Parts: sequence; structure tokens; C-alpha cells
Amino acid sequence: MLSEIPISHFLILSTLMFFIGVYGFLVRRNMVAILISTELILNSVNINMVAFNKFLYADKVDGQIFVLFNIAVAAAEAAVAIAIILNVYRRYASTDIDNINKLKH
Amino acid sequence: MEQFFFYFISAIILIFSILTVVGRKILRVAVYLLFALIGIAALFFLMDYYFQGAVQLMIYAGGIIVLIIFSIMLTSNIDLKFERVSRKKSMASALLCGTGALITSWAILTFDFKPSGLPPLENSMRQLGFSLLGRGAGGYVLPFEVITILLLAAMVGAIVIAKKQKNE
Repeated sequence: MLSEIPISHFLILSTLMFFIGVYGFLVRRNMVAILISTELILNSVNINMVAFNKFLYADKVDGQIFVLFNIAVAAAEAAVAIAIILNVYRRYASTDIDNINKLKH
Repeated sequence: MEQFFFYFISAIILIFSILTVVGRKILRVAVYLLFALIGIAALFFLMDYYFQGAVQLMIYAGGIIVLIIFSIMLTSNIDLKFERVSRKKSMASALLCGTGALITSWAILTFDFKPSGLPPLENSMRQLGFSLLGRGAGGYVLPFEVITILLLAAMVGAIVIAKKQKNE
């Protein structure tokens, strides 16, 4: 039975995935790879919300609705981020964040 | 049986997440992300949230991954390998993330979660639809409409940013 699994296991799975995403965000230098790490972070949150809804408030649907909102926001974020990446690539011929320093000078 | 599947899916999600952040070929990294996202959809299906699982598969596996792969193919050579991360930087980042994960796990394990104890919903899909478009207590019609405006704005913004500027 699913209810025999303690809720903390779901939450720890989500925590580990979140911090794996943060690690990728910190070490990557390519903008597309940073976007991929962000997707990992956003997705780990969905596990949290679903687990809370399933184990703590099974009589409500709020957690499920927030999963849908989160997915919609993530989709909007990915679309805008990829547009920005294409624009940056056109200007600098690279998507490496170390080369993008025009605001600095 | 469900326990076994839960730990199996968790292992798949974690393994592919780690591969996503340490992989060095960019296209493979995108495919590893695809497997991690499919693992999360499987977790939704395991918990009987079929609608969320279907949305996850459609939007992430069907939409965002294709978008990411297209942006990879537009901006970099398909055989691009990331340069090796310097040892100092990767160690510092791993230390930071490990500490964060430990603190959060400790907080989770020591917190006493209290279930509401009420019986679960019979027809949760029907209730979900009513709640998503409900205007009364527990209704989410305003955030729903705001999300539609956000998606419209993101669509227009993406087109404006990505189109060619004239004076270049």
C-alpha cells in the first residue's frame, strides 16, 4: 500500500532533487544547461505538493491545482528563457555566460 | 508492491537527475532530463493523480523537452562537450548543496506531520474541475485567469525577444 510509505520519504526525494538542481545551476556555464537545471528545481516542488495533498489533506484538491499552476508557470518561463537564449546567441555567437558581459562595460 | 514501485521510481528520478547535472554532452543531458520528468509523471500515476501525470507528460515530455532540444540545435554544435568543471568550484557547490539538503532533511524528519484524518475524495477529478473554476470558497478562478494572461504575455514576449532586430 502507498499509505505505508511515510510522507517524509516523498519530501526527502523532493529535497534531494531540488539540491541536485541547485548544484547544476551553480556549476554550469552554458545557458541551456542552466535552464535544464531550473526545470529540475521546478519539478521537485511538484512532488512536494502532490505528497502533501495525498497524505495530509486527502479531502481537498488544492495541492493538485497548485501542481497545474506550477507547470503552467514553468512552461511560460521556459519559452521566455529560450527566446532570451536565442537573442543572446545572435549577439555574441555563444551561450556561455562567461562571455556575456556587455552590461558591465 | 506499490512500495517497491515507489522506491524504484525514486531511484530512477535521482539517478537521472544526477546524470542531468554532471553529464558533459549537451544533447544527452536533455535526454536525461526527459527521463527524470517521465519518472515524476510515473510518481503522479502511482499516487492516482492521473490528470497531473497526463499534464506532466504532455507539457514537459512533449513540449518543453522539444523546445530545449530545438534551442540546443539552434545554438550549439550537437557534439558540444562541456569543459570540465574546476575541482574547487564543484567541491564548493557540492558542499553547499549537501549542507542544504542535510538541513532540510533534518527539518523534515523532526517535524510531526498531522493528517487531517478526513476521508479522501471519491471523485477527485470532478472536484478538481469544480474547484479550478469555482468562484466561492476554495475556488481558484482568479489565479486561473491570471495564469492565462501570464501565458499570453509570455507568448508575446518570447516572440518579441526572439525576432530579429532591424538595426543589426
